[in-house]
Amino acid sequence: MDNRITPQNSLVSVRNLSFSRGTTKIFDNISLDFERGKITAIMGPSGTGKTTLLKLIGGQLYPDQGTISVDGENVHQLRRAELYNLRKRLGMLFQSGALLTDMNVYDNVAFPLREHTHLPESMIRTLVLMKLQAVGLRGARNLMPNELSGGMARRIALARAIALDPMMILYDEPFTGQDPISMGILVHLIKSLNTTLGLTSIIVSHDVHDTSAIADYIYVLSGGKIVGQGTPKEIQQSESEWVQQFMTGAADGPVHFHYPAKDYVDDLLSSGKRY
Amino acid sequence: MTAFLQYLGQSTRISFTKLGRASCFLLQILAGILSLLARPRLLLKQLYSVGVLSFLIITISGLFVGMVLSLQGYYTLSDFGAEESLGVMVAASLVRELGPVVSGLLFAGRAGSALTAEIGLMKATEQLSGMEMMAVDPIRRIITPRFVAGLISMPLLAALFSAVGVIGGQMVGCGLLGVDEGAFWSQMQSGIDFKDDIINGVIKSIVFGFVSSWIALFEGYDAIPTSEGVSRATTRTVVNSAFSILGLDFILTALMFGEH
Ligand SMILES: Nc1ncnc2c1ncn2[C@@H]1O[C@H](COP(=O)(O)OP(=O)(O)O)[C@@H](O)[C@H]1O
Ligand SMILES: [Mg+2]
Repeated sequence: MDNRITPQNSLVSVRNLSFSRGTTKIFDNISLDFERGKITAIMGPSGTGKTTLLKLIGGQLYPDQGTISVDGENVHQLRRAELYNLRKRLGMLFQSGALLTDMNVYDNVAFPLREHTHLPESMIRTLVLMKLQAVGLRGARNLMPNELSGGMARRIALARAIALDPMMILYDEPFTGQDPISMGILVHLIKSLNTTLGLTSIIVSHDVHDTSAIADYIYVLSGGKIVGQGTPKEIQQSESEWVQQFMTGAADGPVHFHYPAKDYVDDLLSSGKRY
Repeated sequence: MTAFLQYLGQSTRISFTKLGRASCFLLQILAGILSLLARPRLLLKQLYSVGVLSFLIITISGLFVGMVLSLQGYYTLSDFGAEESLGVMVAASLVRELGPVVSGLLFAGRAGSALTAEIGLMKATEQLSGMEMMAVDPIRRIITPRFVAGLISMPLLAALFSAVGVIGGQMVGCGLLGVDEGAFWSQMQSGIDFKDDIINGVIKSIVFGFVSSWIALFEGYDAIPTSEGVSRATTRTVVNSAFSILGLDFILTALMFGEH
């Protein structure tokens, strides 16, 4: 493939990463690159460790082996203050939005500004209204998080994530559980923010259709390995069974429908024991 | 037998690792106190929800405890013709023991459980990790202000409890049972020692405030981030705080009043 990302223009590079939870290997020696200014998607079935990968990139979890560097800095060798400085330049959109429930929308978006800058309130107001305008929710500034729909909460979280003008945003399943309209809005927002603000985006998703529509490059993960990578077009034409199963949504294939278990008939017949 | 020993060993190990985590957590809380001084507003807000919102339960309970003490004390004291000592008896019981202990237990039930549930839910809804990703240390921003608020509120609440209790005792003793009011107050004044009684009571309440805030915040922060996990953590807060308060009360009492 000729359009592979070269390490020089990658903002995040993951090298030979291994990570386990207990005895399960979640990542087994994988390497990925995320190019500057592009939208890169990480796709894979639920439970493959997509959220875990974002947390590793953000320095919330430590790898067993391998390195992750963001903008040339090795995330896991930074000291605490340096890590916090790096994080100020990253925005992360959690699956749930993770808005602070004891403040209204306005204060949530103002939160990072108030924590990290000494701007006067009038300036903060201008910035907050600008960010809210960008996600189309300037009118919702006085609502509390429990008064927001799921889609609105995610857009507010997005406004908060761009409050400090980050260089990169990590999106954890931004489309999951959205109605088609909010989905369309989010897809459009992610794409337009990426171009207008010159961001780099990493989107974690299992939504094949909408992610392919905006991603520049896709990695497909399964069972701790990268099972496919390329532009959306290449992925769709991929011959890998893994990728095909994932893209077409077949119930059985290399990824099994059943969680590992002992033989079904044996299991049914072994009465007497409770489990 | 080996299974039992194994169980014993394992649960001891689990308790000790938990104690270790709790100690690290405490150090991180304490490390944040200096930076809290720069942001007194965070503290004020918590003083309100931890302290001020506990006023009502403390006042009402203090009143009733004082009234009951007075009733019970009167019947015992009057057997010896010592009704006039009712004042000192009520005040000493409140200031030394019941004030710190009962308000500590009420504090754990009212404010401690609320803190655990709040922090546990913040963890379950990813608000704490969200903060970390925004480069805001959740311990400094969320935990330390609550801890300091508990530390400040507890002695004040205990003092409130004792003061209201004395008034309740006076109402019942002098109003209902006919103890001479002058004797009630003057005996109390001469019988209560500032250092031995009041200061020691305050020390107790500070210790109880420290311990129950620490337990409440740690249980919330360490909770398994699910509804069940948070509910269990809340229960543990109340149970562990109660045990710690009662156990520490015995130790502190033995140290403070032991040599008399
Ligand atoms: N805190 C945790 N403790 C133990 N295992 C976890 C924890 N979080 C996630 N896991 C496990 O790690 C795996 C990957 O989780 P996750 O990254 O959330 O998957 P995804 O986001 O791809 O759905 C899952 O099998 C999950 O059971
Ligand atoms: Mg996930």
